[in-house]
Amino acid sequence: MSLGDIWTPVSLTLSLATVNTLILLLIGTPIAWWLARSKNRYRELVGAIVSMPLVLPPTVLGFYLLIALGPNGPGGWIASLWGGRTLAFSFTGLVIGSIFYSLPFMVQPLRNGFTAIGTDALEVASSLGASNWQRFWRVALPLARPGYITGAIMTFAHTVGEFGVVLMIGGNIPGQTKVIAIALYDYVERLQWAQAHIIALGMVVFAFVVIAITLTIDRRINVPMP
Amino acid sequence: MNRYMGRWRARTVTVLLTVLLLTPAAHADTVIVAVAANFTKVAEQLAPLFKAETGHDVTYSFGATGQLYTQISQGAPFEVFLAADDERPTRAVTDGFAVDGTVFTYAIGALALYSTTLDLSDGAAVLQGGDFEKLAIADPATAPYGLAAVETIAKLGLTDAIAPKLVTGENITQTLQFIESANAELGFVAASQVVGKSNVWLVPAADYQPIRQDAVLLKTGADSEAAKAYVAFLKSQAALAVIKAAGYGVE
Repeated sequence: MSLGDIWTPVSLTLSLATVNTLILLLIGTPIAWWLARSKNRYRELVGAIVSMPLVLPPTVLGFYLLIALGPNGPGGWIASLWGGRTLAFSFTGLVIGSIFYSLPFMVQPLRNGFTAIGTDALEVASSLGASNWQRFWRVALPLARPGYITGAIMTFAHTVGEFGVVLMIGGNIPGQTKVIAIALYDYVERLQWAQAHIIALGMVVFAFVVIAITLTIDRRINVPMP
Repeated sequence: MNRYMGRWRARTVTVLLTVLLLTPAAHADTVIVAVAANFTKVAEQLAPLFKAETGHDVTYSFGATGQLYTQISQGAPFEVFLAADDERPTRAVTDGFAVDGTVFTYAIGALALYSTTLDLSDGAAVLQGGDFEKLAIADPATAPYGLAAVETIAKLGLTDAIAPKLVTGENITQTLQFIESANAELGFVAASQVVGKSNVWLVPAADYQPIRQDAVLLKTGADSEAAKAYVAFLKSQAALAVIKAAGYGVE
């Protein structure tokens, strides 16, 4: 038994989670901001669409993604830009899948964070002559920090635990799409309990740390801001 | 009047419930069979025949042989195990999960190279040409057809050339699905899965170890009439004819 075999899926999973978290910070911010501040009557409709992955089985997402990423879908068209056929079975494909899968885990905490700011601080800022851009960077962003931390942690953790979607669009390629949960599944299938135990115990510890941190932050959010 | 009606109703319900609960137990049983994924289609064809012949029902759980074996070792309620290899059923006996002396070969599998787009009239040449991005196989560690695919690739001396292009399905059905959804241009599947399709290259039997698919009666089914009937039915001429027509060899 070599630890290198275990390290490959671990490092792959960590890079997938990091890339996904960074991208979702960028995508999630404007969506959450709009959901928190807009008076648009379709606001909750958009909110519902964003939250759907919370309820949908990963296999539903996986199925649609497999078709969408394939040669007959938009993913195949994108892949053809660099001479490829499909985005499935690739790191890029997993990132795309993870963005959809983890979107609510980023948007929801951010939206709560932005809502918690209220309108007072922002109105004071504009009465002092701050531009929209300054209001966002200097006022909203620092005040919504707990939302950002929770969103980033939840997204990262959720991506680390991804299984169903990857099982369907990954193709189990070591170093590219064989993430930690798939590696564990394979070890169990092959009766390699020792390796399975290492990964499973690692995930248990990881989950505990994540939940503990999130709970601590949640308590801080609930404390009224000075 | 009302009270009488009430009592009458309660009695009827009791009788009906008793009848409902007792009827299935008295006549037909249900056997739960764990089936290697490559045999999915045939197993489903066999179910109505089995029902007609014996009156018993059958419930299937499909999966990769290794995955099913892991579940059996952890107490899954399967009563008969149709593996895709001749190793795990024997192991089930040695490990104490199956009834001694009930292992038999129910089918001999054939490997096929399959594509929805490429012309495979000379499959070996296509593999050597290497003009494809992804080739799908089943996980060689858990699926015998995956192992046979790896052996075939090695026999052609293409192990290193093809390695970066391999995508692995969890089992042989997912492998087929990777090809059917056109995400992989071609792949190795069971010949039985692609009977009647075009762009199929039957791999010469000499290129890989024969895929003897063994079945075994599990201890959970040792006392079940339905389970024993299913094992006997698999050896019947009617079942063998279906298995042969599906692209398998039989003994």
